[in-house]
Amino acid sequence: MYSQGLIGADGRTEETPEFLARFQQRIDAEEKIEPKDEMPEGYRRTLVRQIGQHAHSEIVGMLPEGNWITRAPSLRRKAALLAKVQDEGGHGLYLYSAAETLGVSREEMTEELLSGKAKYSSIFNYPTLNWADMGTIGWLVDGAAIMNQIPLCRCSFGPYARAMIRVCKEESFHQRQGYEIVMTLAQGTPGQKAMAQDSLNRWWWPSLMMFGPHDADSQHSDQSMAWKIKRFTNDELRQKFIDATVPQAEYLGLALPDPDLKWNEEKGGYDHGPIDWDEFWRVVKGHGPMARDRIKARKKAWEDGAWVREAALAHAEKRRARKIAAE
Amino acid sequence: MAEFEALLEIADDHLILGHRISEWCGHAPMLEEDLALPNMGLDLIGTARTLYDHAGKLEGKGRSEDDLAYLRDEREYRNCLLVERPNEDFAHTMLRQFYFAAFMRPYWLAALDSTDETVRGVAGKAEKEMAYHIRHAGEWVIRMGDGTDESAARMRDAVEALHIYVDELFDSSDAAQEAEAAGVLPLRDALRTTWDRTVAEVFAEALLAQPEAAYAQRGGRQGIHNETLGHLLAEMQVVHRAHPGARW
Amino acid sequence: MTATTPLWEVFIRPRNGLAHKHVGSLHAADEVMALQSARDVYTRRGEGNSIWVVPSAAITASDPDQTAENFEPTADKIYRHPTFYEIPDDVGHM
Ligand SMILES: [Fe+2]
Ligand SMILES: [Fe+2]
Ligand SMILES: [Fe+2]
Repeated sequence: MYSQGLIGADGRTEETPEFLARFQQRIDAEEKIEPKDEMPEGYRRTLVRQIGQHAHSEIVGMLPEGNWITRAPSLRRKAALLAKVQDEGGHGLYLYSAAETLGVSREEMTEELLSGKAKYSSIFNYPTLNWADMGTIGWLVDGAAIMNQIPLCRCSFGPYARAMIRVCKEESFHQRQGYEIVMTLAQGTPGQKAMAQDSLNRWWWPSLMMFGPHDADSQHSDQSMAWKIKRFTNDELRQKFIDATVPQAEYLGLALPDPDLKWNEEKGGYDHGPIDWDEFWRVVKGHGPMARDRIKARKKAWEDGAWVREAALAHAEKRRARKIAAE
Repeated sequence: MAEFEALLEIADDHLILGHRISEWCGHAPMLEEDLALPNMGLDLIGTARTLYDHAGKLEGKGRSEDDLAYLRDEREYRNCLLVERPNEDFAHTMLRQFYFAAFMRPYWLAALDSTDETVRGVAGKAEKEMAYHIRHAGEWVIRMGDGTDESAARMRDAVEALHIYVDELFDSSDAAQEAEAAGVLPLRDALRTTWDRTVAEVFAEALLAQPEAAYAQRGGRQGIHNETLGHLLAEMQVVHRAHPGARW
Repeated sequence: MTATTPLWEVFIRPRNGLAHKHVGSLHAADEVMALQSARDVYTRRGEGNSIWVVPSAAITASDPDQTAENFEPTADKIYRHPTFYEIPDDVGHM
């Protein structure tokens, strides 16, 4: 998962106009940029920040769903959810690796996350409150992530694009397992159906916010588009997502919590009601209901794990020394 | 009925340990372990599912894997005490995993000759999984045992805490004895030498000593558990039980 | 201790008969851990049957600044390619 709302390209750069033009030519020719290639400092910084945010989102994203692994109501669901959350950890790992090709270390990125300096997708600062949330997250949150991530498979930076290809292959099971959960609940007992509706009510708007601010309010978006880091605008992707999701909700017999949602024949898409941007910015700035708990949990894992990582390094050193002594 | 009960014991071992391992997901000491631990958890839960399903069919009362997993109380759970021990820290978790896998690997290898086809099928898959668990957890036991002063101290604590639960692995309940006599399940008692050898090899590299057990803690097979199991089950079963008869 | 866990590159052979292919990287203290992590991270969906791990620091890469001098001189050596030679169709496949 990632929120393209957070990115912000960094256009500042020291390079000569000739250098920038040459670089732009390569981008326009759909050439991929590889880590050791010359690149504008702004391009590098933008990628480090975006890939870092994306990686952090995958890692923090393990927590809200991890919250229900031990309570999954059937063994089949338990196994699927565990495998799903594990995948998200893998996504974080692939993405940290992609960022590392640009010269930042995973440790540095982790420290930025734990200090609150780095951002991650605001959606994960909402609490998971019932089992249906496991379905809704897979369906909507992973669904929105897929919308964002598919164009990233063609991102101009090679390692990011390659990581996204691997991620997208794995994502498709996430959305399907989520939808299947919601479908089972929607077709279940009245209590289960109510659970599903409650969950949809809570996650619908935050899911729409995952695409970031309206194009008109999205700074730096143009530079990211020009560099082909980003291929569609926030509003374009949001529209695609809504158009794909409304019929899926109808099929379930669940109501999307937006009285203004209706088909617009002329534009060939759905119109929707106003998004609460105050809430969006509040949550992005770290005032989401679970923000403190999420960082606290990541900090605890990192700090409690320090002695384990140190032990592994110390043991590796001993093994090396013994090998050399034996030679 | 004896085979049903004996299978339930092993299924419970796998589910409870798989559940414990799954508690780590998202909280591991490093990202690579956030992927390794669920792999082990999924192996265990997968085996539990096949065994519950098979046991339910043998019982013939129409109980599904979920009925068996979600609708029995702690007194009805038959897992050994080792697997329900809390995660504590990475040292406890890896040692518990290593002890269990070091037992299950030879168990499944012996079960390849079972008279029960499903058991043979599970054995064929699970012996490989357990071989990997021995390697992965065993390497960690070595790394932590022969790592830093702190990791070595934590490893010794884990050995101290868990060794009283080892003997129970080799006990056969009445039901297990019947299943063993019928050739359905392997003799547990006979696996001790292999287990001792596996553990001794790893402990030698880990600079750990196997303490003499002053006593052995038993009771899991009779449903006499530690208090911790009730909490695990309460959490695991809460959603399922809140909606009787629902499909998930 | 502030030492960082080294980075490794992972190569997987999807099946016998194919070459090992770079699939990604990971962090591990030593080669034993690197191999196990590679197995746990990169082969969860039957992606392969053999793994290589190489310390990232052990890789020497060509310099992108020398890309032109390294790789462009071969462009005009078209006589290295079979299509450079004209063989009448009547001769049959060659
Ligand atoms: Fe993602
Ligand atoms: Fe993901
Ligand atoms: Fe996902």
